Amino acid sequence: MWIKSSETNEQDRLANEVTPRVLFESRRSVLKSLALSGAGLSLATSGANDAIAQSAQSAQSAPSAPAKLSPLIGAHSSVPGAYVMDKSTTYADASSYNNYYEFGTDKSDPVKNAHTLKTTPWSVQVEGLVKKPMKITLEDLLKLHPMEERIYRMRCVEGWSMVIPWVGYSLSELVNKVEPLGNAKFVEFVSLADPKTMPFVGSGILDWPYTEGLRLDEAMHPLTLLSFGMYGEVLPNQSGAPVRLVVPWKYGFKSAKSIVKIRFVEKMPATAWNKAAANEYGFYSNVNPSVDHPRWSQATERRIGEDGLFAKKRKTLMFNGYEQQVGQLYAGMDLQKNF
Amino acid sequence: MRAWLLNPNAKRVLIALCFVPFTLYVYKALSDGLGPNPAEALIRGTGDWSIRLLCVVLLVTPLRVLTNTPALIRMRRIIGLSVFAYATLHLLCYCGFDMEFEWDDIVKDIIKRPFILVGFLGWFFLSLMALSSNNFAIKGMGVKRWQQLHQLVYAVAVTAVIHFYWMKSAKHNYKEVMLYAAILGSLLLWRLLRALKARLQSN
Repeated sequence: MWIKSSETNEQDRLANEVTPRVLFESRRSVLKSLALSGAGLSLATSGANDAIAQSAQSAQSAPSAPAKLSPLIGAHSSVPGAYVMDKSTTYADASSYNNYYEFGTDKSDPVKNAHTLKTTPWSVQVEGLVKKPMKITLEDLLKLHPMEERIYRMRCVEGWSMVIPWVGYSLSELVNKVEPLGNAKFVEFVSLADPKTMPFVGSGILDWPYTEGLRLDEAMHPLTLLSFGMYGEVLPNQSGAPVRLVVPWKYGFKSAKSIVKIRFVEKMPATAWNKAAANEYGFYSNVNPSVDHPRWSQATERRIGEDGLFAKKRKTLMFNGYEQQVGQLYAGMDLQKNF
Repeated sequence: MRAWLLNPNAKRVLIALCFVPFTLYVYKALSDGLGPNPAEALIRGTGDWSIRLLCVVLLVTPLRVLTNTPALIRMRRIIGLSVFAYATLHLLCYCGFDMEFEWDDIVKDIIKRPFILVGFLGWFFLSLMALSSNNFAIKGMGVKRWQQLHQLVYAVAVTAVIHFYWMKSAKHNYKEVMLYAAILGSLLLWRLLRALKARLQSN
């Protein structure tokens, strides 16, 4: 479902967060030249790699990664809401402060433990109420649609937030390929649960495998991203490599990591955190400053890295600032009840 | 060991030891060493040290009795006041970093959220004990009433565990909570058994 947004409003809203035009243009030209040279997806040689990293860094508002992983560059996205112009979180913070319970419950655990995750070979089973169920390899998924850059806010249900430059494409591209049947109303996402490589799978913390779900129209929204990379590189393991979901207007836990199965179903699927504590984590879990978590307020958030110890917290925005793009999905719904 | 405990320097060493975690956190805060979310690190760290020192202070009496080392009692007030100091820092970090000293919001938050309320209650009990942790108060109140007041420490142990449990229930991760519950539980159980034994013997 395409939400038509008024272009002028969009620009007004972003007026104070816009990248200077020079940078914007130069970013475009870098990406264009990349696309021309066909380097967008392939692994460049190390020399070219450095050049890409340098030009990307000078052109983008987003800091790039320290070039340890394979580069994965996304072209400029024309999806409304694709670019938050807040300062991006540093790669160091975004890749060391993670919730990925399969690798531990402290936010410093995943970066220490996720090196065991095996991301090749990888394939995703797409099944359920679709005309064309398929098992699709990661290689084919990467080629399914051109990569786009999306700079999204990421709001954790715990009250902190980041701004992350993702690389991927709209999930709808994949959904359209498998052609959902008329009775498909929801999409369920299943993460890898391998007790051999994931030390906390088997612990009683959650019901493994980790599952998440979206309504079909949410899954089809162009902002809903199937992501393979961040900061111009493939995803680090602790961020959900090799393929994850990013749903920027929902709390972070809705964005399933290391996805192995996508299932189209008629009934609202059970989701990991909802099963664990239904009164605290609803199916929708849209970012909403006026619906408190039972144990803390969601009205404000702490931006990781950017705000100093004594800086004021920021006000949390309705739908994490994506109200204009996604508000219509919930027209007429009681969001206090359907939290 | 016993002779050393009676040395006036023993107390000074203990006070210095109690300052170690505080000093480390100040150093880390100033040197950008608290990780991506320094506010959270400070709130959690001060909470952790409150409950750790609470375990230590409750260990003093069993240790004194079991090892027959009466001199240990000299150390109890220092450790108890340290529990209060870290709990106060914990409360201040919450008020400052989480609530930005918006007092109206803080009052509302304490009333609204059982998790915060229980923590605050524990701190309040500690403050009553800290205020009366001086010889003047013992004389003024009389030993018996003073002892009764200071049995509040058992209530503090219970509130601390509940507060920690509710906090951790967000993560469904109870290992650490269970550890503290086991330690504090056995320290309380030891006292209960001792009291029962004393009663049986006096009958």
